[in-house]
Amino acid sequence: MADLVKLTINGKEVEVPSSYTVMDAAYKLGIDIPRLCFLKGINETSACRVCVVEIQQGPRTMIKNSCTVKVADGMVVRTNTERVHRAVKLNLQLLAANHKFECWRCPREHNCEFLALLRKYDIDNVMGESKWFSKKAPITNFSDAFVLDSSKCILCGRCISACQKLAGTGVLDFNRRGFVTFVSSALNHEIEDSGCIYCGKCIQACPVGALREKDDLDKVEELLESDNYTVVQMAPAVRAALGEEFGYPMGTNVEAQMYEALEKLGFDDVTDVNFGADVTIMEEGTEFLERLGKFLKGEEVVLPMFTSCSPGWIRYIETYYPEFLPNLSTTKSPQQIQGALTKHYYADKIGVDKKNIKVVSVMPCIAKKFEAKRPEMEYDGIRDVDVVITTRELARLIKRHDIKFTELKGTTPNSPIAKYTGAGVIFGATGGVMEAALRTVYAKLEGKELSDPDILDVRGVDNGIKEATIKVKGLDVNVAVVHGAVNIPEMMRRIKEGKKQYHFVEFMACTGGCVNGGGQPIVNAKVQDETDVRIERAKALYSLDKANKIRVSHENPVVKELYKEFLETPCGHKSHHLLHTSYTKREEYSK
Amino acid sequence: MAVKFVMKDEQVKELKERIAEHKQKPGPLMPTLHDAQRIFGCIPVQVQKLIAEELGESVAKINGVVTFYSHFSIEPKGQHIIGVCLGTACYVRGSQQILDAISGELKIKAGETTEDGLFTLEATRCIGACGLAPVFTIDGKVYGSANPTVARKALEEYLQK
Repeated sequence: MADLVKLTINGKEVEVPSSYTVMDAAYKLGIDIPRLCFLKGINETSACRVCVVEIQQGPRTMIKNSCTVKVADGMVVRTNTERVHRAVKLNLQLLAANHKFECWRCPREHNCEFLALLRKYDIDNVMGESKWFSKKAPITNFSDAFVLDSSKCILCGRCISACQKLAGTGVLDFNRRGFVTFVSSALNHEIEDSGCIYCGKCIQACPVGALREKDDLDKVEELLESDNYTVVQMAPAVRAALGEEFGYPMGTNVEAQMYEALEKLGFDDVTDVNFGADVTIMEEGTEFLERLGKFLKGEEVVLPMFTSCSPGWIRYIETYYPEFLPNLSTTKSPQQIQGALTKHYYADKIGVDKKNIKVVSVMPCIAKKFEAKRPEMEYDGIRDVDVVITTRELARLIKRHDIKFTELKGTTPNSPIAKYTGAGVIFGATGGVMEAALRTVYAKLEGKELSDPDILDVRGVDNGIKEATIKVKGLDVNVAVVHGAVNIPEMMRRIKEGKKQYHFVEFMACTGGCVNGGGQPIVNAKVQDETDVRIERAKALYSLDKANKIRVSHENPVVKELYKEFLETPCGHKSHHLLHTSYTKREEYSK
Repeated sequence: MAVKFVMKDEQVKELKERIAEHKQKPGPLMPTLHDAQRIFGCIPVQVQKLIAEELGESVAKINGVVTFYSHFSIEPKGQHIIGVCLGTACYVRGSQQILDAISGELKIKAGETTEDGLFTLEATRCIGACGLAPVFTIDGKVYGSANPTVARKALEEYLQK
């Protein structure tokens, strides 16, 4: 039993556990306290001073920050006095002085936490116009996936904490001190070479638009206007989150409207990466069975096998654990598989020259932008995927084209390579790739389907590392599922320790999997406290799985046809060229 | 970028030994950085990376501390470090003229290092010798009640060495 303390906030008495902060207690009473740098469990540094309240202790009343000050018995707190109001206004003015306002071209314009506070408190930017306070030359850092712009940064430190606590990489930190402080990699070293894995946790943590994906919408507009045959494909997780940008509750599945919006945007063809995910299972599953077969015969083989779908994870292992590269499945990610099949298989079916096909990918992820640009992601001089945009960028594109998303009735694409199974759609949640793979691996080994396709042990977000054992043909197949890059070192330690023979391990760089990817709609910090984004969005995918008549990848009729008339056999000669890849060891700060 | 920075094997070895000692106690970063500054004369990213690996921290975090304190430097400093005090007392008694004179003589601005790597010129805050104002220092040796002529003469002495 936690100790309870009684305190008074704005004249109302409340009893809360002694571990609560003043802010927690106020929220319990339904009293709103403004906040900016505070991100529960991640950034609790009291840096911004926007959450100040008046606390009476004995004869003195003090202005204190409510986000980290703990409650005490008999405490008297006021949040609505003139003095508090003045302090909040002053602090906001000081923060505003450091911020470059170009809201009309900022990707956070519609949900900027800072702008909302400035509006609420009606802030004059008096100090921003003073030469003593206004910000000096901006520091910028660009890459193919990521943009950092210090002119918008208000130095709250949320990105730094997110990078340390969620990705475990610590790529971002403060540089220098005083007026010239800025957030970036060490000495603003190019981000590509700073050990960054492009998970985008920093982007999701940023209350303003100082960190964002590299915008590729202009390229998409150009393609749409060109004579090329444009094919758009989207990841499973996009449909679970896109609706949030149009006011739908979190976790609403907007698949049908998304398809229709893409048709309205003028794409010539709409396909679905869920199909690519089904093919991934055929390839990766077969690769696993081959390795397992050798292992059972006592031949030398590298196990456990690691999944290779998450490009953030790929960058992680290439940089931090290159000694484990042989464990990685050589199967490309669903995005690349879908792109390669569109150009080298589907093109012939629809009678379009593959050179004229341009593939645009919508992803919940910024690392996918990097992945699509990897030199090995092509065949016969034709790139698998031409442009990658994030879920957020797609929402911007839809708004830019004045498409009334909420009024769309929804459609289903005609393309056969948009047909997917329940196994393909759960790729977007942690454990999904493993679950989909196990359904197929079980069927291949046992010669019959799992009686219940739901493998609950690998689902969920409570643990960063989930372990399960599946009995197949009398063999205990030990699998593990890791999500959130910060948990990877612990998994590697367990593997190196060798107490247990793991056979198959799924890794995703983002906690919760792709549904919580760095390219997904950004969720306001306060909403993040109250709801678990990862669970809500994953529900949409699992219900799509449940509703699908076919729940195993190998029963997808189009996949069957693909192997029959084109690829011949999984991991065969054609697959090897089109659907498999290689990896490179990377070193941070090497340039 | 007057001086190219190269880590020598024996310097790396010394730093690693020192780090192993510092790791025995809590808070090994600050003493490590002091040693690194002494051994290499500066702490550029190459050295930060070495420290990061040894201490299990990220390079960005090490850099955050290095760039926070003015005692640590990123770029190699010259063989001799000249500091001209621009504190209030020295400034009103004409230390800016001393700085300008040295700057003109060495053809570098404050904060820079000569091309031959001999001198680094720094404009410092009050060094606590206001009674002798205006003052400047070369390698810690204080020249009090100075003026541009004194400064030029002092430089000549070092150039002849």
